[in-house]
Amino acid sequence: MRTLDCKTVVEVTSRLCREANCVLEPDVVAALEMARQEEVSPTGRDVLGQLLENARIAAREEIPICQDTGIAVVFVEVGQDVRIAGGSLEAAVVQGVRKGYEQGYLRKSVVAGPLDRVNTGDNTPPVIHWRVVPGDCLKISVMPKGAGSENMSALKMLKPAEGLDGVKRFILETVSSAGPNPCPPLVVGVGLGGTLEKAALLAKEALLRPVGTKNLVGELAGLEESLRVSLNGLGIGPVGLGGRVTVLAVHILTYPTHIAMLPVAVNLNCHAVRHKTAVL
Amino acid sequence: MSAPRRIILPLTDELVAELRAGDRVLLNGTLLTARDAAHKNLVALIAQGAPLPVDLYGQVVYYVGPSPAPPGRVIGACGPTTSGRVDSYTPALLARGLKGMIGKGFRSPEVITALKEYRAVYFGAVGGAGALLSKCVRAARVAAYPELGPEAMHELVVADFPAVVINDIYGGDLYREGRRQYAVNDGGGVLCGQA
Repeated sequence: MRTLDCKTVVEVTSRLCREANCVLEPDVVAALEMARQEEVSPTGRDVLGQLLENARIAAREEIPICQDTGIAVVFVEVGQDVRIAGGSLEAAVVQGVRKGYEQGYLRKSVVAGPLDRVNTGDNTPPVIHWRVVPGDCLKISVMPKGAGSENMSALKMLKPAEGLDGVKRFILETVSSAGPNPCPPLVVGVGLGGTLEKAALLAKEALLRPVGTKNLVGELAGLEESLRVSLNGLGIGPVGLGGRVTVLAVHILTYPTHIAMLPVAVNLNCHAVRHKTAVL
Repeated sequence: MSAPRRIILPLTDELVAELRAGDRVLLNGTLLTARDAAHKNLVALIAQGAPLPVDLYGQVVYYVGPSPAPPGRVIGACGPTTSGRVDSYTPALLARGLKGMIGKGFRSPEVITALKEYRAVYFGAVGGAGALLSKCVRAARVAAYPELGPEAMHELVVADFPAVVINDIYGGDLYREGRRQYAVNDGGGVLCGQA
């Protein structure tokens, strides 16, 4: 049994919040650079150049990439052979978010109630997804999720008879009707199967996969590529000003489902695809 | 792509009439910032016939909620937020002399009609370029509603703030036109409604 102290969890979560908001992941930088080479629209190329320059300034000067530093979505994988000492693990994650957003000069965008809309003042609580896994490690991923792309995401319970065509149509409709709002070029996370909430969670988890990596399931890799080509044919382009790069990648995760269900969730992420992971 | 046009604020009717969807501009002068909550307050005052805390005539409102300014800096990251959330409030502000708005994303048909009626333009700034755009801000001060925190109205002094005309007074719409120019499929025929 390995022991980890809550203080370490606070410090690491805090650092992940700051880094995720100020430093673009190398795979995302590479994808944006490739997009700039592929984009045929001069305006689109100019926009992609500005986004790369923005990333350089943000990392160098520790200014957030985007002023919407999001609600913190935190994925925690707890090894079943880890013992947490010094308090509540959940409270430590929350404290880490509080500290990271305060000390990193990140925007506090969380309201206490969806209807009363009173700001909590410290960007807590985060949305935490827990998973217990074999081993003696603790893995924390922080994904600051902004409203621009989250608000254009969608979920539908399809009829099984709608099949693959129905799934493709729903993904295309979601990206098409979102247009410029979610800050394209996007990474499109798709959750297919399970139940209503499982599909939504899969779609979000799919956004954590590095851009430019292939789906390990061969048939899904093919589907992702054909969707990427279709979506880039929509013409929306970088920040919606017209162009051939509307999505950087499509990432699909699936799960077994019920004989009478076909849930499909589409979670859009802006061009920054902000997230940082640490393994303790 | 033609060179951007340098504009000194505030906007006039004559200047607005010269701007066309797709024109790139560099804005210089003072911008007002406002998000959902500030819009709600302003429109409530207009409905009551009460005076506004800021004069909107000829002004440009930037839809932004900056991140906090670290010590030694004028402002934190300050890119545009989604404009559509304030669409229902916008015509009332245009009727009070507002001449321009900066944001990102679609406007409603009602806003696009109001732009023609009141002779005003909608600019887009690059969404997600908050660090880059912060470099254009020379000064910032709270103009109204400090209690709203990140949603307070600010007055920003900007130099060469880059934007592009999305909707003009002639019905031009860069989101629609840009997309039409580059679309090679309509995703099965069910997709072109909103763009």
